[in-house]
Amino acid sequence: MALAKRIIPCLDVDKGRVVKGVQFVDIRDAGDPVEVAKKYNEQGADEITFLDITASHEDRDTTVHTVEKIAAEVFIPLTVGGGIRELADIRKMLNAGADKVSINSAAVNNPEFVKAAAERFGSQCIVVAIDAKKVSQAGDTDRWEIFTHGGRKPTGIDAVEWAKRMCEYGAGEILLTSMDRDGTKDGFDLGVTRAISDAVSIPVIASGGVGELQHLVDGVIQGGADAVLAASIFHFGQFTVPQAKGYMAERGIEVRL
Amino acid sequence: MSKQHIAVIDYGMGNLHSVASALSKVAPEAKISITGEKHIIEDADRVVFPGVGAIRDCMAEIRRLDVDKTVDSVIRANKPLLAICVGMQSLMRWSEENKGVDCLDVFPGQVKFFSSNPEFLKANDEAAPSGERLKVPHMGWNTVKQVAHPLWQGIEDNSRFYFVHSYYVNLEQSELMAGSTHFGIEFTAAIARENIFAVQFHPEKSHANGLQLLRNFVQWNGVQ
Repeated sequence: MALAKRIIPCLDVDKGRVVKGVQFVDIRDAGDPVEVAKKYNEQGADEITFLDITASHEDRDTTVHTVEKIAAEVFIPLTVGGGIRELADIRKMLNAGADKVSINSAAVNNPEFVKAAAERFGSQCIVVAIDAKKVSQAGDTDRWEIFTHGGRKPTGIDAVEWAKRMCEYGAGEILLTSMDRDGTKDGFDLGVTRAISDAVSIPVIASGGVGELQHLVDGVIQGGADAVLAASIFHFGQFTVPQAKGYMAERGIEVRL
Repeated sequence: MSKQHIAVIDYGMGNLHSVASALSKVAPEAKISITGEKHIIEDADRVVFPGVGAIRDCMAEIRRLDVDKTVDSVIRANKPLLAICVGMQSLMRWSEENKGVDCLDVFPGQVKFFSSNPEFLKANDEAAPSGERLKVPHMGWNTVKQVAHPLWQGIEDNSRFYFVHSYYVNLEQSELMAGSTHFGIEFTAAIARENIFAVQFHPEKSHANGLQLLRNFVQWNGVQ
């Protein structure tokens, strides 16, 4: 018996509705986030991640209320990301009932923010989200870079070096999304998952590309991920969380059943 | 009987709302106060002592707000007390975190960093070739081996609870251990003595098992 690998359904929420796009374009409605979170809680999800992809600031208050409603009914860890730019944003989300916050572009713009956040709130609640894209050509040594703005804007920052730096700055966990795979259903980018998982001493959540249950197994065994995140396979009823856990357990992965 | 009163000690550190909402889920009739006020806490029938974040900051606030005296008074009054995560760690004598911090010395033992324990590092090295590194923080659902206590009632032995911590309790009096967990090394997941029950994991985040433990706590008379 040991620490279980975690399965984390992810809710991408826009203006109070769960949506999921294919590489952030084709957005499909997947329901009310409170109902969706409750469903996954009942199914035995190990955590829930809530990513606010609402573009405008005005609609962010909706997010706080939604997080409050989820936290009042769901007694598993809840991570909230999207638009976390200041310590006050973190305080607001933790007060609303989030257990962790996920910091993405604010970390790229100002790495010291991660340090300040970890010092103030503790590493255990600071997740750094990394959106990585492969930049090496076929035949060259694999190399991935950090992209912002939903994968559109390159930063020139090496993803593995960045993950190491964020770990040193006090991040408690890395949420790694492959922008090449996100929404494709072709499986995780196992190369970058393994490279970052081996490079840092903190847990890594693999994200982006899950289309079938074998992808979850590959993320853990080949990618070395401590947790696997998926959205559309769960939202649209393709698989349930117990089916995913059962599949992983049959292949020798320790899960919470 | 008047409805029971549960106090959740607030010293400005951590997410008290999830503890409070889990308590109101298992005790919908109870009055729940999130407070640092000594007289309100002393008036409660039972007390929860949570905590997250760095121990230095937690201990500084505990002392500044006289929470140390309040906790002492609750313990002396034989009220059921449930300490969670850093709440549990602050009941130990000393913590290695933040270059060493003196704690409340309610229980004999120290709080240590996983990655400075040679045995842990050895376990990590041995695990590495198979790709199974032990990442710190110890984050996620791990099993707890129970030692008989009313707070485990209705929870199967070796059930999983949600943990998130980089430091662990090294208890010096093994007869006080109420639960243990394996993560590279065996460490103390729960401590029990008289009216005190302390847990390293987060019952408020541990789904059905965690809610059952809280349900047991709100019905517990404080006797082992």
